[in-house]
Amino acid sequence: MSLLKLDLENYKDLLKEYIKTKDEQALYQAEQFSKHSMQQNISPEEIINIHIQALQEIYPDMPEYIQSSMNFLLETMISYGLAYQEYQTLREKQLELKSEISVAANMQKTLLSTVKPDLEDVEVGALSVPAKQMNGDYHHFVDDRQGTLGIAVADVIGKGVPAALCMSMIKYSMDSFSGMGTDPNVILGSLNRVVERNVDASMFITMFYGVYNSNKHTFTYSSAGHEPGFYYHKDRDEFEEIDVPGLVLGVSPEVTYKQYEKKVEKGDMIILLTDGVTECRQGDRFIEQEEILHVIKQYSHLPAQGIVEQVYKHFERLQDFQLRDDFTLIILRRNV
Amino acid sequence: MNLSIDVTNNEGVSNVVLTGEVDAFTAPKLKDTLLPLTKEKGQVVEVDFQDVNYMDSTGLGVFISALKSTKEHASTMRLVHMQDRVYRLFKITGLTEIINIESTVQGGM
Repeated sequence: MSLLKLDLENYKDLLKEYIKTKDEQALYQAEQFSKHSMQQNISPEEIINIHIQALQEIYPDMPEYIQSSMNFLLETMISYGLAYQEYQTLREKQLELKSEISVAANMQKTLLSTVKPDLEDVEVGALSVPAKQMNGDYHHFVDDRQGTLGIAVADVIGKGVPAALCMSMIKYSMDSFSGMGTDPNVILGSLNRVVERNVDASMFITMFYGVYNSNKHTFTYSSAGHEPGFYYHKDRDEFEEIDVPGLVLGVSPEVTYKQYEKKVEKGDMIILLTDGVTECRQGDRFIEQEEILHVIKQYSHLPAQGIVEQVYKHFERLQDFQLRDDFTLIILRRNV
Repeated sequence: MNLSIDVTNNEGVSNVVLTGEVDAFTAPKLKDTLLPLTKEKGQVVEVDFQDVNYMDSTGLGVFISALKSTKEHASTMRLVHMQDRVYRLFKITGLTEIINIESTVQGGM
């Protein structure tokens, strides 16, 4: 196809052709002409102007009233032209914003990145997938290389950018606690005071903090209103909900958290998650707890990382690949 | 999904009846309605959850703000007729300990 020229001559020829033949081909060319005009930022009233000029050239004796009606139409279209211009500007702005958010999202990734520890006796699988660009879920591993591994899983309520900013604050507070020992209840208590002082009243954070001691094979934990995880007993082949009371972070300054301890046997698993997993919906149907456990069990022959990935794929499929909420799943398994 | 909010005021008691879902889309509307009610000293704000079958964590945020506001302005808030699924959310987050909640008739079906 010849390159469409955006000029009066070309338009005049097309118009003439169409009036004469009523040919579909000419209409198709007209469509191409308008698409091309849009790319060149030609406004609607400019096209009408070209139309008027073409008409005048084709029909020099065009009646006066048609000429006037065309001028009338031209005036009418001016607002559309302005709206179109505005749309273009907004589109550019939107692209700009999008790229800024993606810079922020990358920065968040770097800031909040955590290294999945490589331990001898305990296998760790972890996966966190944001529903939108910025992740409101957070998980962090603290490996002291002397046999204790700290694991934090958190969910900021409120989504998107504010939640992500809040998460960065949590991460830096936790880093600054490094000299305070590793008791989960102490860590949650300190974080609660930081969050209570620093965030908006409608924002709060749920967090589960656990410490695995691979010398004693114990798991010590506390929860600040976080979605309950699960404990898998290998010997009984049974799951148990890790349901511990505790108020969410950021609501009341005088909260103390209780701490619990479990002896971990060979083959046992600790499953930590966020409500993006349990609040999964398939259409109007909520996913039941048993279904999550069933899926975990189905893949339990895989390495821990394989399990979390397969479980994610399962729920991603159920939700037609459209996550409603950030999804985080962590599995620890004692192998030796 | 939508949420309708009906407020009736009666001698120091505001009855707020919710119908629908409280989520990230409807929470701002709820917050705008609920918060001003809690700012009057001595006011009792009763929120009826009978017809709320789903609430997400953004909704919890609204009730946390409202709770803080009642403390600040010496008003009170209670949540009534809450369904199990919604109640679970308040329970997990520990909010049942600090918010006055009356859940729906358990096992009455």
